[in-house]
Amino acid sequence: MIVAASSIHVTIGEVAAALALVAIAAIASRAWHADLEEDIGIAVVRSLIQLTAIGYVITLIFDQDSAALVLALITVMVVFGAFTARHRAKQVPNAFWPLLIALAVAAAATLGLVIALGIFPATPRYLVPVGGMVIGNSMTAAAVALNRLGEDVHEQSRKIEATLALGATSSQAVTPLVQRSLRSGMITLVDSTKTTGLIFFPGTMVGMLLAGADPTDAVRLQLILLYVLLGAVSISALVAITFARRNFFTPAHQLREPPES
Amino acid sequence: MLFEIQKVSYSRAGKLVLRDLDARLPVGASSVVGPSGSGKSTLLRLLNRLADPDSGRVVYEGKDVCERDPLELRREVSLVPQLPALIEGTVHDNVAYGPRLAGHSFDARSCLELAGLDPAFEDRDAAKLSVGEQQRVMLARALALEPRVLLLDEPTSALDQAARDAVEATLLGLRARTSISTVVVTHDMEQARRLADYVVRVEGGTVTAQGATEEVLSEEIEPAIATAEDAT
Repeated sequence: MIVAASSIHVTIGEVAAALALVAIAAIASRAWHADLEEDIGIAVVRSLIQLTAIGYVITLIFDQDSAALVLALITVMVVFGAFTARHRAKQVPNAFWPLLIALAVAAAATLGLVIALGIFPATPRYLVPVGGMVIGNSMTAAAVALNRLGEDVHEQSRKIEATLALGATSSQAVTPLVQRSLRSGMITLVDSTKTTGLIFFPGTMVGMLLAGADPTDAVRLQLILLYVLLGAVSISALVAITFARRNFFTPAHQLREPPES
Repeated sequence: MLFEIQKVSYSRAGKLVLRDLDARLPVGASSVVGPSGSGKSTLLRLLNRLADPDSGRVVYEGKDVCERDPLELRREVSLVPQLPALIEGTVHDNVAYGPRLAGHSFDARSCLELAGLDPAFEDRDAAKLSVGEQQRVMLARALALEPRVLLLDEPTSALDQAARDAVEATLLGLRARTSISTVVVTHDMEQARRLADYVVRVEGGTVTAQGATEEVLSEEIEPAIATAEDAT
């Protein structure tokens, strides 16, 4: 599928003008003692630097039209995504590896599938932005799912150990928790997909409309991305949970952190 | 000898919970007694490999438990924890859980009856039972595994006196009607006296006395209690 969107040119001045809205945020924070002025400033500077840098990287990759560079960028995003997400899953022992595997599988499976089904051509112009969205959403879903799993295993360690005492394997003992963790990881995107177009316009659609695309094309591309992301977050959350749940146990099906006696 | 615990040490979060502990538990009704935090519940968990010692070994019927498959061991040496921890569903769902995992048949009603619960409880929501009733469901679901040994961790600590008396009567009935050996962990010396023929006293993570109940728990002869070393 090729969506033709007319190109628009955005000047530095226009970007600078948008900072007026940031000033409103900073003033509101100061007036109400929300103490966020410094964070707002850091957010503005970091977004400027990070997006400008990735803009140059993307320009380079588009110009080179190299599959190897696309793969390298996606690999970097997967690794950084896993590093970032592990901080949100502190109660999961060695969460990095399950997260890394989850993001890699989610990215490979969804990008592979959209290419195989002919939804997008295998070119950097499609793979880079779609890959970024897939990995970003997968990271959030996996982190939320593992965070919930870690909390539940900690809170329900007595029940888990009682189940182990009946001869259950570690996988069987945490099965009731997997359902809730998976749900936690996916529910945000499912809910936003339900309300899309009613309560908010998703970013891709807004971007395409601003760039002058036909609204029908903008809607169709947005739908494709939402469906791709639904698949990606479910894969990511499920793979992360599958690999992480064994980290709570020893090979002899014992809780590494048993309940207090 | 049913269990021989040999020079066992166990740490948790950097704190030594059991220290070179030596104990023996014979076939029949035994009790591990001691104050809170003495390590007696931890000792119980080592018997069916819910935890493994840092050093030393636990021998069950002549074989190191670490050489046994932990899942099979837990079906044979079944532990009932201190507080009820039932799965969601009916009483029947809970009693059926263990046997279904093991792939063997069971009779839920007779297990409930053996645990001192009316078999009519079978279809009731487990979450809506009293704590005492839930504790009996915990016992019934352990019995459904047809264990050879039952490990009971403070089985009446969460119960009022009437419920405690009822559970104790159930355990005594179980002893009369089955050949299941029991190891009851309790802080209550009198309960140990009522339920056990053999007592191991644990304090500060080590055994201070062990032997026949009337010898170990008799106040008259307490000064002459054999030490752990003497007993082993």
